[in-house]
Amino acid sequence: MEKIYRWQSTGLQAGEKLVGIESFIKDKRRKKDILVMGHVVCGYPSFEENFSALEIMEDAGVDLVELQFPFSEPSADGPLFVKANEMSIKSGTTVNMCFEFMSKVTKRFSFKVLMMGYYNTIFQLGEEAFLSRLKDSGGEGYIIPDLPVEEATKLHTLSRDLDLDPIILMTQTSSDDRLKKLGESSRGMVYAVARKGVTGSKTTMDESIDSLISRCRANTSVPLGVGFGISSKSDLDFLKGKADVAIIGTAALQAWETSHANGYKNFFESLQIS
Amino acid sequence: MDIFDFSDGREGYYGEYGGVFLPEILHETIEELLQCFRECKSDPGFWQEYESVLQSYSGRPTPITYLENLSRHLGGAQIYVKRDDLNHTGSHKVNNVVGQGLLCKRLGKKRVIAETGAGQHGFATATMAAKFGYDCRIYMGAVDVARQRPNVFWMENLGAEVISVEDGQKTLKDAVNECMRDWVTNMSDTHYILGTACGPHPFPEMVSWFQSIIGKEARKQLLELTGNLPDRVYACVGGGSNAMGIFQGFMEDPSVELIGCEAGGKGVGSYMHSARLAYDDAKVGVAQGYKTYFLQNDDGNMSETHSVAAGLDYIGINPIFSYLWEQGKVRFEAATDEEVKEALKLVMRTEGLIPALETTHGFVTAIKEAPTLGKNEIILINQSGRGDKDIFTIADALNDSKWKKFIDGKAQDYRLERN
Repeated sequence: MEKIYRWQSTGLQAGEKLVGIESFIKDKRRKKDILVMGHVVCGYPSFEENFSALEIMEDAGVDLVELQFPFSEPSADGPLFVKANEMSIKSGTTVNMCFEFMSKVTKRFSFKVLMMGYYNTIFQLGEEAFLSRLKDSGGEGYIIPDLPVEEATKLHTLSRDLDLDPIILMTQTSSDDRLKKLGESSRGMVYAVARKGVTGSKTTMDESIDSLISRCRANTSVPLGVGFGISSKSDLDFLKGKADVAIIGTAALQAWETSHANGYKNFFESLQIS
Repeated sequence: MDIFDFSDGREGYYGEYGGVFLPEILHETIEELLQCFRECKSDPGFWQEYESVLQSYSGRPTPITYLENLSRHLGGAQIYVKRDDLNHTGSHKVNNVVGQGLLCKRLGKKRVIAETGAGQHGFATATMAAKFGYDCRIYMGAVDVARQRPNVFWMENLGAEVISVEDGQKTLKDAVNECMRDWVTNMSDTHYILGTACGPHPFPEMVSWFQSIIGKEARKQLLELTGNLPDRVYACVGGGSNAMGIFQGFMEDPSVELIGCEAGGKGVGSYMHSARLAYDDAKVGVAQGYKTYFLQNDDGNMSETHSVAAGLDYIGINPIFSYLWEQGKVRFEAATDEEVKEALKLVMRTEGLIPALETTHGFVTAIKEAPTLGKNEIILINQSGRGDKDIFTIADALNDSKWKKFIDGKAQDYRLERN
């Protein structure tokens, strides 16, 4: 309730629903040209290091964060995240530990938190149990790259009752018909996948991104985040005025891998977010 | 019962198993594949071409062999074997590969990728790619590369690029993940030739359709040979493609019992096996694009699996089998590594046949059950692959000192050559 109250005080337009990621992003966008969503793989390299990374992101003005729950078969992830998932599981990370971490994070930080992971994590817990744990842990929604909308009807309905947002992915290869269908299911925000492939490779910011963004915009009214290969201030500048959220994953983890907290801090400062 | 008639249910589902759980970016690719497959399946000309290529290139129809000595030795049922090991490349894998190769032509794609465990599917794919003129990349877990070098040797010499996968357990499931990653990047010119009846729809149906040639032939041949249908049909089950292949010939025959034989590895309670249905350790989950029984922990992370046979060393099972098992249409048993070694020795000595380690799992269960049946009863085993590729593993298992001496000598020769 407290969160809802805080957004209300900023004065949203009449008719806008006062909950969820959508109003959070729309509200923040009045003051910022582009928001930034960060990412950590829970338990990699360790929960302590995750926490330090999140402190750096908070200080740098990051607006949203994905907490990835590690899975043994992360088939949509690139090499760096594959390794992160594997090492985290090997070190003993459990789903329970990830939720406990999420509670701690949402209590401590002002950015909004989304769960990111693969469907089997949810399926094993049970959809209702998953959503209620997510809600209790202060999460706002979830990104499940291997759950197509056809398979998500029940999960999405249950989510609506709890004001949790399922973040839908739209891609360059999606047909217009498909984008329309995805648009109808979208809530909170849409995650536009900037290129083919898995997470982690560099994406060239060019007209193909513009075209993707305008095709997504034509099919949904919720805010638009762009991810996959976003790695620098110039990428952010390119997306300003086009997208609402720049999603940064691998580039940040790369910085942590090469030069730990200092490198991470420098990386986020170089983005000049706020 | 047509398990592939989805008009009363959900497309791509067998009971609650199957489906499509893929990243959004592959949606159009999998739709295109499904549409192309539907066109092929409804075009009699396609199946004719398929049969004709397999006839001239792979020696189909493969024969059925009566195992007179083994039948007498066991003193029960009469044992017959469907010889898919006599295919070009030495296993049933070539059936699916030729089928998907022809389909790939219709898709207009120039590059194929495949995962492989034992290497048989990769070997068959590399062969087909050479013949049809596709660029070919094979993903294989590093553990499997180490234990199946002869197949890697052939794949590379056939012009395929073999990528050793260093993630996860470094076995078949990890090779599947790498294929998915390649596919989400290169789908516009690349077809993923999945090697077994697993993965997202339409793969389970498509691979089953191509492999159904085994059962079609076997039913006809056995009737001609004996005038009877078999009482029991045995086949090993990793993903489940050879078993689906032979079982489909007898789906409509209520008197025929179908038995799938999984890899029991080090046995019940060892947690070092790949028995999804025969043991109680697996539960329903979603991974690698489909829903089925997986060997996994409470959090849904996949368990380590084990088998002496690389081709059976896999976490999940064909979703069609999860359904048929639940319906009581197929019984599942497991054979341990030890039992497999013993059965292999027996089959070699009594019949002069060398089944692959994978295939031998089917023999184990048949050999256990044959003595409990009458002499007028008939057992059919699908000999899905030949054991030549396993010479290193089998020689190890049999602790063959002459072989070891030979390898040692070779190693010394190579060392001298290097220096």
